Amino acid sequence: MGNRCAVIGVGQTHYTTKRRDVSIAGLVREAAVRALEDAGLTWKDIDAVVIGKAPDLFEGVMMPEAYLADALGAAGKPMMRVHTAGSVGGSTALVGASLIQGGVHDRVLVVAFEKQSESNATWALSTHLPFSASLVVGAGGYFAPHIREYMRRSGAPDHIGTLVAVKDRLNALKNPYAHLRIPQISREMVESTPMLWEPIRYLETCPSSDGACAMVLSSEKAVTGTPAWVLGTAMRSEPIFRAGRDTVNPQGGKDCAADVYRQAGIADPRRDIDVAEVYVPFSWYEPMWLENLGFAAEGEGWKLTESGATALDGDIPWNASGGVLSSNPIGASGLIRFAEAALQVRGMAGEHQVDGARRALGHAYGGGAQFFAMWMVGSDKP
Amino acid sequence: MPSEELIADHVLEFPGGYTRTTGPVIGRFLTELRDGRIVGVRTAGGRTLVPPLEYDPDTGEAVTGEFAEVGPAGTVESWAWVSEPRKGHPLERPFAWALIRLDGADTALVHAVDAGDARAMRPGLRVRPRWRAERTGHITDIESFVPEVTRIVSPVRAEYRVKPGKSLARFLEGVERGIFLGCRCGSCGKVYVPYRLSCPECGVAITEEVELPDTGTITTFAINNLPDPRAPQVPFVSAYILLDGSDIPMIALVGDIPAHEVRQGMRVRAVWVPEEERTASMSNIRWFAPTGEPDAEL
Ligand SMILES: [Zn+2]
Repeated sequence: MGNRCAVIGVGQTHYTTKRRDVSIAGLVREAAVRALEDAGLTWKDIDAVVIGKAPDLFEGVMMPEAYLADALGAAGKPMMRVHTAGSVGGSTALVGASLIQGGVHDRVLVVAFEKQSESNATWALSTHLPFSASLVVGAGGYFAPHIREYMRRSGAPDHIGTLVAVKDRLNALKNPYAHLRIPQISREMVESTPMLWEPIRYLETCPSSDGACAMVLSSEKAVTGTPAWVLGTAMRSEPIFRAGRDTVNPQGGKDCAADVYRQAGIADPRRDIDVAEVYVPFSWYEPMWLENLGFAAEGEGWKLTESGATALDGDIPWNASGGVLSSNPIGASGLIRFAEAALQVRGMAGEHQVDGARRALGHAYGGGAQFFAMWMVGSDKP
Repeated sequence: MPSEELIADHVLEFPGGYTRTTGPVIGRFLTELRDGRIVGVRTAGGRTLVPPLEYDPDTGEAVTGEFAEVGPAGTVESWAWVSEPRKGHPLERPFAWALIRLDGADTALVHAVDAGDARAMRPGLRVRPRWRAERTGHITDIESFVPEVTRIVSPVRAEYRVKPGKSLARFLEGVERGIFLGCRCGSCGKVYVPYRLSCPECGVAITEEVELPDTGTITTFAINNLPDPRAPQVPFVSAYILLDGSDIPMIALVGDIPAHEVRQGMRVRAVWVPEEERTASMSNIRWFAPTGEPDAEL
């Protein structure tokens, strides 16, 4: 795993439908400044900048990393852009961490963002090339069949997706940065919303958000303030079209989890991890990823959800921040998971803090569930 | 027969219009307006009144002779939307009457805001005056206020000439003839459809072409209820269909059956457009329809 690496600063913008008051540069700057303030540092203390976002079609800005170099204080420093679709926020953190672990730099600023209000993600995700049929409309259209297959295989009752939709929105009420804040959220409310891509209901999907998240990563000797130590990092990918690929429980996700657990010394994730921030853009992905990430046996994930184990007061809280279901600036969503995991083990998560959290998982996935990025962070130096 | 009701139009208008002697305070305000500036008057208590008044409404004292330039930008405090403007209104299209506090002023001015759409109005909206070219020293020298520029539209358009490539072209040749062409990997033995030239699992070139039947099994599906101009009419069923003899499902439309009667495991067959309408395109397949066979085990 290389040299020790720690998160020493976290900055987020308040996630919302439309940030009409700032440019893209202003948005990323806001998150970056907050991360620097958290670390007690200034721009000159940063050695390199790594930025991630969803594909350029989302805002129609070609190579935004070039335009954003000034806003992120990158003049005269290395700056690079990471691309791994929806998992890009996670991959961005891991590329930044690798620059510390490899001994190349002492302090790296990692930033991810999306300003979805400048266009339309469903449009950007469905370009409908000639010669083929135009059938899949957006991410919901793509993931709905895989959710249906999970329901069939596991025999999970229909209301499991509703439970997650309610739980994550209740958590969001404790997170001042969360986008969706629905105080009266209830099962009845979720069930009364229309099916968009059956079996996915409106309130079982993530919102479309504007926002940015940033972290300052540090080598051991450059640590300031309260560190969250990186205990393990892993990325995996797999081809989207491959005969026998399990789209419900992808091998890439299992392999990635096994790798990050091995590095962090996690034998039983449910027992050894205190809190997990997992990329759940559609509520049914909580039980699916509970199985993929080894928190439950295959076909049993929904029982963990149903038992309340993943609630904020359960034995393994998932998405205490409200998760992607409550805030989804796509390119940043993975980085937010990683940052929230760090906040938990630093004891700085505020009202959604999980008491005594010492080891946390940050997770992101992207593309057609084909890119995975994960890290384990802890309060104790490895 | 009752006598017709007696009605007549009558206009009472002083020829040429009444005059209004402005006095020094209002006169200064209107003079500045004619020059394209907005001024307020200071009160003894230090407040800046815009539009100016001759006497301080708080104390009844005369205002000071001191004028201060304000604005030209200001902030909307409140508004009422006029969806059907009347004769005599400052604009012929829908607009807002708004209370606008100009920068540097302590009171708000009533004026029209040309915002285009009621949804663009909100408290705190920043606006600026749109001046008339010909000014006379009247409040209508400001035609209306308009929102500040906060967003521009940036059209991006890329035009491509797309060629299907060797493997897709071969597959479409089959589709034009009404058959599905696949291929078998010489290394792992998996059968892929559409036809492709390499195996994504093994990374080797594939040379064996296979002709597949147009029947298969629905492995899973979504019912799409969100309308999109580029997609079929909702609700439509997009399904993963495993053609008989292949190892990877294709995504296709399911038809000839109500959306909610589609099942996982359902046996289906491609419905082709008539031969004379066929081209080298997936639109040759209207959709897949149930065969009526018993469902397959998944
Ligand atoms: Zn092969």
